[in-house]
Amino acid sequence: MTTSAPIPGQAAIRLQQVTRHYQMGETLVRAADNVTLSIGAGEFVALLGSSGSGKSTLLNLMAGLDRPTSGAIFAHDRNLAEMSSEELAKHRSHTIGIVFQAFNLLPRMTLEENVELPLRLAEVERSERTSRVREAVDRVRLSARLTHRPSELSGGEQQRAALARALVNKPTILLADEPTGNLDSATGDEIMLLLREINETLGMTIVMVTHEQPRAERFAHRLILMGDGKLVSDGSVS
Amino acid sequence: MKGRDLAELAARNLREAALRNSLTTVGIAVGVASLVAMLSLGVGLQNLASDRLSRTGLFDAIFVTAKPNTPSLRRMENPSPAPLAPVRTLDDDGRHQLEALPNVVAVYPEIRFPTEIHYAGNPYATVVSGVAPSDRNDGAFDQMKGSFFSGPSADEAIVQVELARQLATPPESVIGNQVILRYAERQALPAESGGGKSDGYSIVPREEKLRIVGIIETDPAGGFGAFGRARLFIPLKVAETLRTAQTNDLRDLLRDTPSKRTYDSLTVRLTGASKVKDAEDSIKQMGFAAYSLLDATRSLGLVFAVFDLFLGIFGSLALVVASLGIINTLVMAILERRREIGILKALGAADGDVRRLFFVEAGAMGLLGGIFGVLIGWLIGRAINFGTNIYLARRDLPAISVTAVPWWMVAAAIGFSIAVSLVAGMYPASRAAKLDPVQALRYE
Repeated sequence: MTTSAPIPGQAAIRLQQVTRHYQMGETLVRAADNVTLSIGAGEFVALLGSSGSGKSTLLNLMAGLDRPTSGAIFAHDRNLAEMSSEELAKHRSHTIGIVFQAFNLLPRMTLEENVELPLRLAEVERSERTSRVREAVDRVRLSARLTHRPSELSGGEQQRAALARALVNKPTILLADEPTGNLDSATGDEIMLLLREINETLGMTIVMVTHEQPRAERFAHRLILMGDGKLVSDGSVS
Repeated sequence: MKGRDLAELAARNLREAALRNSLTTVGIAVGVASLVAMLSLGVGLQNLASDRLSRTGLFDAIFVTAKPNTPSLRRMENPSPAPLAPVRTLDDDGRHQLEALPNVVAVYPEIRFPTEIHYAGNPYATVVSGVAPSDRNDGAFDQMKGSFFSGPSADEAIVQVELARQLATPPESVIGNQVILRYAERQALPAESGGGKSDGYSIVPREEKLRIVGIIETDPAGGFGAFGRARLFIPLKVAETLRTAQTNDLRDLLRDTPSKRTYDSLTVRLTGASKVKDAEDSIKQMGFAAYSLLDATRSLGLVFAVFDLFLGIFGSLALVVASLGIINTLVMAILERRREIGILKALGAADGDVRRLFFVEAGAMGLLGGIFGVLIGWLIGRAINFGTNIYLARRDLPAISVTAVPWWMVAAAIGFSIAVSLVAGMYPASRAAKLDPVQALRYE
């Protein structure tokens, strides 16, 4: 599998004074507050923080699922804040791959159909789809479970299926929101190993939200700590 | 998303809530069935009325007479009126010209005369009328006892049932028997002055033996001139060869060529009512007066158009109610599939993709509901026909068809069903498209 090659040294994602405020009743929630950071192409970054620290908000902003209240977000030098909703959909389809804590596979579809779904949305030719699905499923080592529905898969297998779905459109950036949050320790490690493999072999930029610092230190290159919507610390793993 | 993928996803979604979507589709089908049943009744009644009226021969015929050239009141008020054009005589030349017009099936005179007939040695006074071969399609001959004339020149007669009752009991026993027709024949006198001009004609009593072949209940209308009550009908060609004295004979006597035949009126029978206008214009240009029931046909069409419109409106009400079912079903689907919509958006679905997905689902329910609705509506129409004909059969009346489902109605009903479903799907589709993916993904 190949991805559109990231240029080493160039920023895959750049946030400039990004804020995201919500109004909850009479309270203004500052989910992201004046955050500026840059994530280089090919980096494996872990966003750490306690619950409500703003790390998932930041991930949603990077994915183009949400828009900032102010500031700019660049993905490969294209400002997401200036994109139309159609352009954001294309950004999610072609540039971004997402995995969630709850896997979010469609329960009535087989593994193969779930992995094929992003290809349908990206209008990839049918003739090309089967090989792309097989390639993605092979990478996560689930070839034997193609016809199984999510309910027939274990938690780890479901997350691997979600990973295959995120990879099938060959994105340059993979965003993972607590990918091991619903898994036991051993299975969580398997997923982390897969993520590291993807990062190393495909050179894919990975931004992972987690609250498990030890695991993040074991697998990620860089740790960014969030607190109350602000960047608390940002440093490489030694 | 490409059309085929959209259709596959929509079909999958519809299958996943099969019971609810089926019930909604049945709701649409009932609405369409009500619309189709109402319209099929309107169209069926219109067809029935048109068919019955066209078979009277009044709507595909033009009544032609010589143009009157008596000055009108307005003309007399004009101090310097233009001279009146000479009257064109309606003679055999004119008849041939009329026969040569396009779409003309037949041109024939109205021959109708009072006379005396003899049956089983007894005399009966009656009125005789000539029947053109094209009158065979007249509704009066549909339920006749016996048969129509075996040929255009057959020495045969058909009697009206009232006359048959006078002639014999039971009236059907007259069929196959002979009737003697006594009539006054017009014979031109040879010229005495030697100038070749006839000096007039004489009236000579004649007899014609005819075999009764059929009995009819009502008079065939035959054309505009045929409203008088005739009781004995003979082939028109036979009636023409009898040369019976007619009302225009006195006028013919005063002409330069009294031996040349003229007509009071001629009926021009056309291939259909739609050809009447052009033919009527052509006949007027020839210098004859022409009358038709074209305007009456148009009025009839207008009446049925309004009738169909109201039936359609009442029929559509059920479809409007069914459209609320579609809105309800799709809004429920949004609530149920909230998370799924969020996932689709996270994977790259645009707002338009989500909107189109819901539209296709609404359209598919409309299409299926439309197809089943047309089928149910057609069956309701058949049931109405069946019930009507049982009722008519009990009263010894002929079977008829009071409903009709033409192809245009099938297409229009399905198209309307899809259109109503798409309109009903607009709000849910728009709501689904606007769903915030972050909120949707949080939904449990």
